Amino acid sequence: MPLTFNAKIFDDIEKGNKKWQENLDKVFGAKPERLTRFSTVSDREINRIYTPADVRDQDFAADIGFPGDYPFTRGVQPSMYRGRFWTMRMFAGLGSAKDTNKRFHLLVKEGQTGLSTAFDMPTLMGYDSDAPKARGECGKCGVAIDTLNDMEDLFEGLPIDKITTSMTINPPASIIWAMYIAMAEKRGIDRKVLGGTIQNDMLKEFIAQKTFMCPPVPSVRIIEDTVEFGTKEVPRWNTISISGYHIREAGSTALQELAFTLADGIAYTEKAIERGLDVDDFAPRFSFFFNSHLDFFEEIAKLRAARRMWAKIMKGRFKAKDPRSWWLRFHTQTAGCTLTAQQPYNNVVRTALQALAAIMGGTQSLHTNSLDEVLAIPTEEAATIALRTQQIIAEESGVANTIDPLGGSYFVEALTDQMEEEAFDIIQKIDDMGGMLSAIEKNFPQQEIADSAYHYQRQIDEKEKTVVGVNKYAVEEEIPVEVLEIDEELESLQIEKTNRVKTERDNQRVAECLEKVGDACSGKQNIMEPLIDAAKANVTLQEVCDVYRKVYGEYRDPGIY
Amino acid sequence: MNDIVEKVVAGDVRTVARLIRDIDDGMPEVRGILKDLYPHTGKAYVIGITGAPGVGKSTLVDQMVAHLRKRDKTVGVLAVDPTSPFSGGAILGDRVRMQRHSMDQGVFIRSLATRGHFGGLTQSTRSAIDVFDAMGKDYILVETVGVGQDEVDVVRSAHTTVIVVIPGMGDDIQAIKAGILEIGDIFLINKADREGSDKTLSDLRLMIEMDHKKYDRGEWKPPILKIQAVFDKGVAEFIDEIDKHAKYLAETAGGLDFRESKSKVRQELGEMIKARLIEEVIDRLTESGDFDRAVESIINGKIDPYTACENLVLPIVS
Amino acid sequence: MKQKRRVRVMVAKPGLDGHDRGARIIARAYRDAGFEVVYTGLHQTPEEIVEAAIQEDVDMIGLSSLAGAHKYLFLAVVELLREKAADDIVVCGGGIIPDDDIKRLKESGVKEVFTPGTPLDDIVKWVKHNITPRQD
Ligand code: B12
Ligand SMILES: Nc1nc2c(ncn2[C@@H]2O[C@H](COP(=O)(O)OP(=O)(O)OP(=O)(O)O)[C@@H](O)[C@H]2O)c(=O)[nH]1
Ligand SMILES: [Mg+2]
Repeated sequence: MPLTFNAKIFDDIEKGNKKWQENLDKVFGAKPERLTRFSTVSDREINRIYTPADVRDQDFAADIGFPGDYPFTRGVQPSMYRGRFWTMRMFAGLGSAKDTNKRFHLLVKEGQTGLSTAFDMPTLMGYDSDAPKARGECGKCGVAIDTLNDMEDLFEGLPIDKITTSMTINPPASIIWAMYIAMAEKRGIDRKVLGGTIQNDMLKEFIAQKTFMCPPVPSVRIIEDTVEFGTKEVPRWNTISISGYHIREAGSTALQELAFTLADGIAYTEKAIERGLDVDDFAPRFSFFFNSHLDFFEEIAKLRAARRMWAKIMKGRFKAKDPRSWWLRFHTQTAGCTLTAQQPYNNVVRTALQALAAIMGGTQSLHTNSLDEVLAIPTEEAATIALRTQQIIAEESGVANTIDPLGGSYFVEALTDQMEEEAFDIIQKIDDMGGMLSAIEKNFPQQEIADSAYHYQRQIDEKEKTVVGVNKYAVEEEIPVEVLEIDEELESLQIEKTNRVKTERDNQRVAECLEKVGDACSGKQNIMEPLIDAAKANVTLQEVCDVYRKVYGEYRDPGIY
Repeated sequence: MNDIVEKVVAGDVRTVARLIRDIDDGMPEVRGILKDLYPHTGKAYVIGITGAPGVGKSTLVDQMVAHLRKRDKTVGVLAVDPTSPFSGGAILGDRVRMQRHSMDQGVFIRSLATRGHFGGLTQSTRSAIDVFDAMGKDYILVETVGVGQDEVDVVRSAHTTVIVVIPGMGDDIQAIKAGILEIGDIFLINKADREGSDKTLSDLRLMIEMDHKKYDRGEWKPPILKIQAVFDKGVAEFIDEIDKHAKYLAETAGGLDFRESKSKVRQELGEMIKARLIEEVIDRLTESGDFDRAVESIINGKIDPYTACENLVLPIVS
Repeated sequence: MKQKRRVRVMVAKPGLDGHDRGARIIARAYRDAGFEVVYTGLHQTPEEIVEAAIQEDVDMIGLSSLAGAHKYLFLAVVELLREKAADDIVVCGGGIIPDDDIKRLKESGVKEVFTPGTPLDDIVKWVKHNITPRQD
């Protein structure tokens, strides 16, 4: 049943609105509106006002309903933040495994409730620290992991059977996960109890993040191996974190982020079903990862729409029966690309607003960026302020007292509907191209994002969009904050460490393990058990990746601009 | 000047790169150098590759380079991209697809922009081909987007002209028929991994068969191949067809050295004269200010363009 | 006809860094300013960049790096150009580059470094003022 209004009421509202608009036109006739066009940061046009007439087709029970009820517009769990807050999960990684371990211990001490690992560029791209291509990059952007030995140092003293760990890694995700499982088993922990996430979302790599190794088709094959393995062997693990975050940071609009991310989710689901898995066996272990950007209401609407759309997709398109398959559970990160090097303290405010939007949107976990985001990897102090921002919102502001506080706002509901409709149109377009894999081959999402990114940059240049401290209210200043520096010596120390492992291990065993990995790659056997054996035999990350590259070939940047 | 010629012939990369720039920028000094380079040309085999935007030409060129390198042949690539009509700038994006060869000393890749000068592209590309030829490249691959007449003329002067299409380009096949069917020595249906390649194949075949009388007389009949450039499928077979075409040219059309073929020399000299004439005439008219004055007069309705043209050109040529 | 030389530049992404939002925007801005731009795409070694720049006879190489390896990578490009006697090709760059490093880079031959927040207009103007297409 549509919302509580009858036709007469709508007529009156529309009449009233018309009159109000006409009056306003007169006022603005004398002194025009502030802007000729009001639009979101994604350049979506926004009306002067929203009324019940904008949501006249909405049906409370079918479209909004209660938290925990289909279609989950208001949240996936019935209790939401009345039960417990979102998980405060700060992304961290720097230098050596031992350095990062120290940061992890600090974050746990400061009240963080889940770990999240950032790897360095060589690790992300499937190279060991001693590779020629890794020169100058070791430990700069995260932690360097070459062998199981590094993984053990990274989690030294941390209760991995109790806390969950998220690992932002893609082409080598299978190997990193295998190392994690190997480490747990060496500690005597059963893989069945391990909880955590590997990002493992290659589609958005081709679209946005650009850490790629092999071509799309074999990349997805490896992912499906991990999905299958997780379903059977590591049931508490989130095997893919389907990510819109990177799509947005690469410059997409909110709408593109929403549509492309769900289209990626559809592609993974289709592939897993093709493999013979039951949708209800694996779908509950898919998790999502969204961006929370500057435009407060558009972000909230995006997150609400995403939940409702995924529920419809899973139930309608894939005929999933288990409600947990319908749930879109997601992590959120505030938008790094909105932060500025100029007047860096302003970033605390931006991040707070974005964090608030993510919470209003019902996120399950959250990373807040640090005020020195644009300068380098965050210092301890900056990361602590970012964590405190979340704690203040959670425990002081009162916004978490009620569930989906903006549900029923004419504006937010109308925007939610609008974004859903438009995103489904884009998904249809991708379906018509033959699905996301084909769309990527045609460089469709890449080109769309490149165009949006350039459009936005031009808007900043033309001052159509304001960036405080940059194109408005700018001042001359010295950078007032301390910048973290990664020790240049780290590289040689890490290379030494890896070389030591290589000379001390049983190289006969290594060769055997790599052969098994190669066989699994070119055959049909699941890759994961051979990888876990390889990890235990101290095979390096690159040694496995070289096998991947040899069997599947290398993907090169198509250079879409 | 002789120094430059020597360096080009010795294969000096920097010198060649700069000379091509000078050619492209229309520097008058290059004329002398090109004259001196002429005796060193005539050895390379030139392959022109054209087709609509995005059909996979650069991907194909990249694979061709790999194959030719395996046969120990040296390769020069000229990749032509369109200049933006709005800004006059261009992003030369073909190179990205071939960048894996950039460290290979046997490969020289050069991007050119169309720049939109009258007939100039054909001339400057021809000259750049001569430079690659003189530096000793065995094969020269020229990629252009098959849209403008200029771009078509560029590939037309090659030994083997290759037209690339993709499945499901119904309308574009019509366009090919209208414009460039007759210049294709080999037709490729790229992206054959996609649906519809059989239909495209039969369409093309039909069109080519229309000229069956020519083939009955023993003229070259263009083969049509289905390939998948990204996956390197069919590329080796395609190169075999190029060999066959080269053999055909060597046996029937008066040899591979176009400098000895009357029709080719006639065509090339004609084009050269045309380009040079335009260049000289326009230069003279712009320098004297006559050109701008005539434009003004046409705009102000004082004269019609036909008369204006006559007034400008006749005094020069008579 | 007598043509003016056109400015030819290269925009390159050295190293494993995949942050290409900035580089692609810069490439488009250069094009829209009337320059001819060769874009290398991601994951280029300094050797590949220098070789390509020489073959393309560009007046300038613009390097973009956001992943912290700029000191090694930018300096490697400058050094290789010198080795190949091609150091008339100007090197500039941009991305996440701390002030102290900018000083170092400039001392070693990188002509200018642009950090986040720089308007595209300024970036284009810098080329117009500082890059004269080769005259000889
Ligand atoms: C967007 C972004 C991403 C996106 C990138 C999407 C893409 N395809 O580009 C995503 C989310 C995928 C991403 C991922 C990662 N990121 Co990131 N990312 C950013 C972020 C937030 C903004 C960068 C950006 O695009 N800005 C907008 C563009 C337009 O600006 P710009 O590139 O700076 O360009 C301007 C100038 O610098 C200059 N410029 C730049 N290049 C050039 C070149 C020339 C020739 C010229 C003239 C000028 C110029 O002109 C531009 C206009 O003003 C920065 C932090 C920040 N706010 O800057 C972190 C940041 C760069 N990322 C960082 C890290 C660590 C990563 C990861 C390694 C994290 C991890 N461990 O998993 C991954 C690695 C990804 C990869 N493949 O390399 C760090 C780098 C730390 C360091 N250098 O010490 C930063 C600084 C954040 C932080 N503080 O931790 N990231
Ligand atoms: N599916 C498929 N895609 C291909 C094939 N060959 C090339 N492509 C893709 O087609 C796109 C365009 O390829 P390019 O090689 O840049 O095409 P192009 O004709 O040179 O393009 P322009 O120079 O812009 O006119 C790229 O994404 C290629 O990966 C193929 O055989 N099959
Ligand atoms: Mg091309």
